[in-house]
Amino acid sequence: MDLLDTFFNWPILREALPLLLRGLGVTVLLGAASIALGFVAGLAVALLRLYGPRPVRILSRIYVDLFRSIPLLVLLVLVYYALPFLGIRLSSFAAATTALSLIACAYTAEILRAGIEAIPKGQSEAATALGLGFADSMCYVVLPQALRVVTPPLTSICINVLKYTALASVVAMPELLKQATQAQAAAANPTPLIGAAVLYLALLLPLVRLVGSVESRHRAAAQ
Amino acid sequence: MNAQIRIRGLCKSYGRFAALRGVDLDVAAGEVVVIIGPSGSGKSTLIRCINLLEKFQEGEIVVDGHAVGSGKSLKQVRAEVGMVFQSFNLFPHLTVLGNVMLAPRRVRGLTRLEAEARSHALLERVGLGAHAHKRPAQLSGGQQQRVAIARALAMEPRILLFDEPTSALDPEMVGEVLAVIQSLAKTGVTMIIVTHEMGFARRVADRIIFMDGGMIAEQGAPEQLFKAPREPRTRAFLDAVLGS
Repeated sequence: MDLLDTFFNWPILREALPLLLRGLGVTVLLGAASIALGFVAGLAVALLRLYGPRPVRILSRIYVDLFRSIPLLVLLVLVYYALPFLGIRLSSFAAATTALSLIACAYTAEILRAGIEAIPKGQSEAATALGLGFADSMCYVVLPQALRVVTPPLTSICINVLKYTALASVVAMPELLKQATQAQAAAANPTPLIGAAVLYLALLLPLVRLVGSVESRHRAAAQ
Repeated sequence: MNAQIRIRGLCKSYGRFAALRGVDLDVAAGEVVVIIGPSGSGKSTLIRCINLLEKFQEGEIVVDGHAVGSGKSLKQVRAEVGMVFQSFNLFPHLTVLGNVMLAPRRVRGLTRLEAEARSHALLERVGLGAHAHKRPAQLSGGQQQRVAIARALAMEPRILLFDEPTSALDPEMVGEVLAVIQSLAKTGVTMIIVTHEMGFARRVADRIIFMDGGMIAEQGAPEQLFKAPREPRTRAFLDAVLGS
């Protein structure tokens, strides 16, 4: 009975629910913005790394290595608390989006590069021989095939970005975890945290399941 | 005779390996040239240089008055020159029709309807009208290669390059592809064909080129080259492949 009152207190949860849902909205918005920016930038970095002139190729590799190595929390704190010393003052949403998409970009670039490299050379040769330019050959021949190959790892990146949005609570971002801890403090009861956990699961479990089923379908198709 | 393709002093090397060592070749409009020779003699490399799928270090290639180099003239050359590959290289994510339509739409700027009409007509011509909405993976090797030929034809090229078009096929499918190629020979399109099918070479060619060691070792009319090769190397090669 004590356990139920402490962790699964219905009245407290009902009271906290509007806050939690607002937090979930911020989490989804932050995640979606970072995923979209990270994808567009990651595609650009992948193409530069594969087809750019040599110095650009080296730079993009350094970028990818650097941002795959730095912990997100450190980057987030740097962007939010260190950049103001350079006169760059970002809102907590902008700071969190910047940090998340910088890292999402690095991982996306790496995965897209591998996906593009996995497409046989004959495909782009056939496109070239038909007279298609680089952009058309990418858009209509190489990328559609590469994206199909890398859908599971790309979805994994999306999952990670959505999970890491929780770290934005340290820069005062009113996302799901932040709202939950505030509600927990106000009610002096951890039930809102349980509620937040359930909402995270509701958001992410379907995506995790999707990756699993796409991967097993690929395995079946490969056999 | 005015050459449609003029190749002079063509040299190409991969690192220290010289794949082409000074090739001169003129091909007239409408001519059907078949290139034969042992593996590694530079046959494929030579035709891949014509649309610059391979960069070459020395020499020049002029196609229809356009020097094959970079920029605008290269685009022009590639649009005029169709190519059929050993491994078909169909786009697996598109339907058969999508494969044939892509370049006319993107490069020639045809509308969907125009491109569709042209593509359907070409698929009929190679005997695959009923397969337009299938994926390449659902077709046999011979059918795939015929789609690849239709795809090349859809750009209405003045020159067609065939890079060992039947080498990846099961024996029973070679005939259908060769029949399609042979029917094209009569349409006046210039063709350069790299092949190991000697009987076909003899039937279809206006001129046979024998390459060895990155150079043209001998060339001539099919009857002359097959019956009375001048070079010992040519004779040795023909003896080996014809098994006589």
